[in-house]
Amino acid sequence: MYDPTVARLTYRALLGRRRALILSALPALLLVIAIAVRLLDAADDAVAVQLLSSFALATMVPIIGVIAGTGAIGPEIDDGSIVYLLSKPLKRPTIIVTKLFVAVAVTMAFSGLPILVAGFILVGGSQQIAAAFAIAAIVASIAYSALFLLLGTVTRHAVVFGLVYALLWEALFGSFVDGARTLSVQQWGLAVAERVVGDGVDVTSAVGLTTAAILLAVVTVAGTWYAGQRLKRLALTGEE
Amino acid sequence: MSTISISHVSRWYGNVVAVNDVTMDVGPGVTGLLGPNGAGKSTLIAMMGGFLAPSVGTVTLDGAQVWRNEQAYREIGIVPEREAMYDFLTGREFVVANAELHGLPDPGAAAARALATVEMEHAQDRRIDTYSKGMRQRVKMASALVHEPSVLLLDEPFNGMDPRQRMHLMELLRRMGAEGRTVLFSSHILEEVEQLAAHIEVIVAGRHAASGDFRRIRRLMTDRPHRYLVRSSNDRALAAALIADPSTAGIELDWNERALRIQAIDFERFTRELPRVAREHHIRLLTVSPSDESLESVFSYLVSA
Repeated sequence: MYDPTVARLTYRALLGRRRALILSALPALLLVIAIAVRLLDAADDAVAVQLLSSFALATMVPIIGVIAGTGAIGPEIDDGSIVYLLSKPLKRPTIIVTKLFVAVAVTMAFSGLPILVAGFILVGGSQQIAAAFAIAAIVASIAYSALFLLLGTVTRHAVVFGLVYALLWEALFGSFVDGARTLSVQQWGLAVAERVVGDGVDVTSAVGLTTAAILLAVVTVAGTWYAGQRLKRLALTGEE
Repeated sequence: MSTISISHVSRWYGNVVAVNDVTMDVGPGVTGLLGPNGAGKSTLIAMMGGFLAPSVGTVTLDGAQVWRNEQAYREIGIVPEREAMYDFLTGREFVVANAELHGLPDPGAAAARALATVEMEHAQDRRIDTYSKGMRQRVKMASALVHEPSVLLLDEPFNGMDPRQRMHLMELLRRMGAEGRTVLFSSHILEEVEQLAAHIEVIVAGRHAASGDFRRIRRLMTDRPHRYLVRSSNDRALAAALIADPSTAGIELDWNERALRIQAIDFERFTRELPRVAREHHIRLLTVSPSDESLESVFSYLVSA
């Protein structure tokens, strides 16, 4: 279910100069803000939670998920170079699963790690806030990658739809509308953070940990399966 | 030795029929798929390559269905028309990756062999995005050859190539055909196909219009009525003299254009007779222009024939 060559090609496409720059922009911003807050001596647990949940988890993680998830397959389908993967004795679900691994790894690296560092800059090891949000980001990375990889096989405008989902649904509706919260990857991540974080810290998720785990598994597995089906049915023709 | 069999294949997109009930066998040697742009050549090649399901009919390679059968790619090598490759790789990295994806035991050696076949060793360590069109085409070719397939499908491989590159690729394809591989390439240029393919399949407007060796196709294309627009110093006298000759089937005096519209049925004789007749009757020819020489009209004649 995993092909190292497909993975290598995907990594190199994702981490090419331009995309790597876009991927690093938000984590860099997060670190800059964390350092500024620390230098201004305004850092306490509440501020850290605020920054890590509303900016990092609600905005940065989904956007990085969009770039990595759709970028792992969308451009290849768009320009037709995927023909070089499809014209091989290679099961199409293997291509999808491999690309999912890569997208997850990239999303984790560009969101989990900076969040951990930013958390430590803000409050050190206090109440395990840094670790809690880093783990939440890692968990959310899995579902986001699967979701946006699927989107990359469904539409040519995957980035646009992905950003609309990430910014409107996750960041906006997710914060205000209750129903949307249950079906928000961000809340599933928060459910994990809620469990990890120390007692006195105000981190609450709209969903329980069990529900979150089930929903996350369902979205990841179903999304990946359907993306495999999409690729099986993908028709390629020339420019005619 | 492999044969691709296309049996009563049609393919439509919504209301548009791209390929219309085509049946043909493509066997070892070089076959040219000839047709004007938009005739359905790419759609047909996509179905042969397993990238598109026929709406009806079957496409098989040595008896096995091609669509949704990734094992078929052990025998098929594909050179797509589209330019996009993994441009951030070097030529060598790209061909090695293709060899690995085929699961070859020694990808490095296979890639080196393929790159040598297309004579690209000198540029193999440069990034693909620095390549010219011809170099790209050759690296695509190497990636298609890396697993030594028995079938090679090429969609418009000569598009945008300069004459030297064209000659080089033709030589390579000829060699592949002589080795007993089934080589099929598409083109909208008769001369290209004629120079290379022993066997030609003509596709026009989605239909299989003709099939045979290039002499037969050439004859079909020249043995049709040719239409000419002719202006002269004395149109009526010229018309009278020409209609007496068996090379013409009809002459119309087009009063608006102040010209003759001539239908010639013996193309060679007509081109010989026209200047001779004019000279004999002291008529000056002012304009002689073929009015239906576009390839499209040649093709549409073939379809209606």
